[in-house]
Amino acid sequence: MEDVHIAGVGMTEFGRHPDRTGRELFGEAAHKALVDANVPRDDIEALLYGNFMGGFAEGQNHQGPLMADAAGLTVPATRYESACASSGIAVREAVKKVRSGEADVLLVGGMERMTNNPTSVVTEALATAGDDLYESRVGLTFPGAYALMADAYFDAYGAERADLAHIAVKNHANAVENELAQYRNAIDVDDVLEAPMVADPVGLYDASPITDGASALVVVSESYAEANDLQTEVAITGTGQGADSLSLQSRESLIRTPAAEQAAEEAYEDAGIGPDDIDVAEVHDCFTIAEVLALESLGFYEPGTGYAAARDGETTRDGELPVNLSGGLKAKGHPVGATGAAQLVELTKLLRGDHVNSDAVTDAETALTHNAGATVASAVVHVLEVVQ
Amino acid sequence: MSDESATTAYDDFLEGLAEGESYFLECPPGHASLPPRYACPDCGATDLEERPLPESGTVTASTVIRVPAPAFAGEAPYVLAIAEFGSIRLTGKLLEVDPDEENIEPGTPISVTTERVGEENIIAFRLR
Repeated sequence: MEDVHIAGVGMTEFGRHPDRTGRELFGEAAHKALVDANVPRDDIEALLYGNFMGGFAEGQNHQGPLMADAAGLTVPATRYESACASSGIAVREAVKKVRSGEADVLLVGGMERMTNNPTSVVTEALATAGDDLYESRVGLTFPGAYALMADAYFDAYGAERADLAHIAVKNHANAVENELAQYRNAIDVDDVLEAPMVADPVGLYDASPITDGASALVVVSESYAEANDLQTEVAITGTGQGADSLSLQSRESLIRTPAAEQAAEEAYEDAGIGPDDIDVAEVHDCFTIAEVLALESLGFYEPGTGYAAARDGETTRDGELPVNLSGGLKAKGHPVGATGAAQLVELTKLLRGDHVNSDAVTDAETALTHNAGATVASAVVHVLEVVQ
Repeated sequence: MSDESATTAYDDFLEGLAEGESYFLECPPGHASLPPRYACPDCGATDLEERPLPESGTVTASTVIRVPAPAFAGEAPYVLAIAEFGSIRLTGKLLEVDPDEENIEPGTPISVTTERVGEENIIAFRLR
């Protein structure tokens, strides 16, 4: 089986790009990844691309060929759609193709354009990631679904909004120096608690923003890297994917995310490691409660204890396990289809030492990404390791 | 090109809720699920029988939706809950409750019905 190396990464600035179409955004991310990789365009064999709401946002489905064209490529191109896990799953499919020997050089990434629509339309589009008949039709929004999970979590474990607020504070602090992040302002617990409510107990500052942006990686086989003398420094050594019923109401528990547990278990086994080996992680904090459920699903914390991690300084920049050093979805921004691949982009740079926050993790060798679709009906986990 | 008179198993289910003849689906080993459904999500069995849904349920979790989707623009803020009726959970809008006056605790007893919102009938709950 071929080992999979990350040859290059690229990302647009995440935020508002009112004057740029999706194809321009992905073209930029792809170009940056190709330049970073120093791989000839002609060697790219396929594009695996994540996008969620292109039909809503730009009236544009069938984005695979469009985005290959935007990247200056004429190669087989496929769009993967698994809500917010779209490009994480595209990465996983790329890993499988390289491992099997089917391909040696692939472009993988994602893009979402969101801010060109009013909040109400984005709310409607995001709700389509849930169950149409049993969730969206009764007026359950995406923040509302996480609010139900938070309400159940608070009831079970006695956590409070102030505990979750520390997660938003931490992720904003991490984004301050990140030039690609949407929100580079530090906030405090009172800012979070005093912000308007979106769906009780989820307030505006518990929620990731509406974001435009794109991300891309060039992944190669180890043999290709060696044959072409590429200085690849990071490998993808573990991948896993898990599933759950789409609707929250069908699940045994509102406060566990077994899809992420399955994905993590598979990825750890694949990499031959366990949660204690992880030095730094990027997890899917679409809402502050989501970061808590992620930490518990990934085996970093026992169920019912993850809510205190940020508050107690264990997942902050100086903590034992820094989580979301990029700023996370909360502050870096959450262009849905770009998010999963962007987690790998940021972690690659953190591990290589060329991320603005790399100095927080100078000895880090093993990293993890956790990317979730909707209320974690889909989950994909990757393990990254420094090569040599 | 939709046929306006066609009804799905979901429409029939909502009609049952509205008329006090609520049901869920059960497979031979006893797994519960909701229509429309061809096969049991737990075991894949296809011989699913309608069983009566308990009249009374309890709230599992609730929220107040303050930023709604466009179809619910005139409704916000409103209370939305997941509630348990025996082996089935349903998500619905809690009627006749002022979201800023009442805090709905888990375990609160409710019954299920439907309510008209815009063009659609939706699943709704009432305090018992």
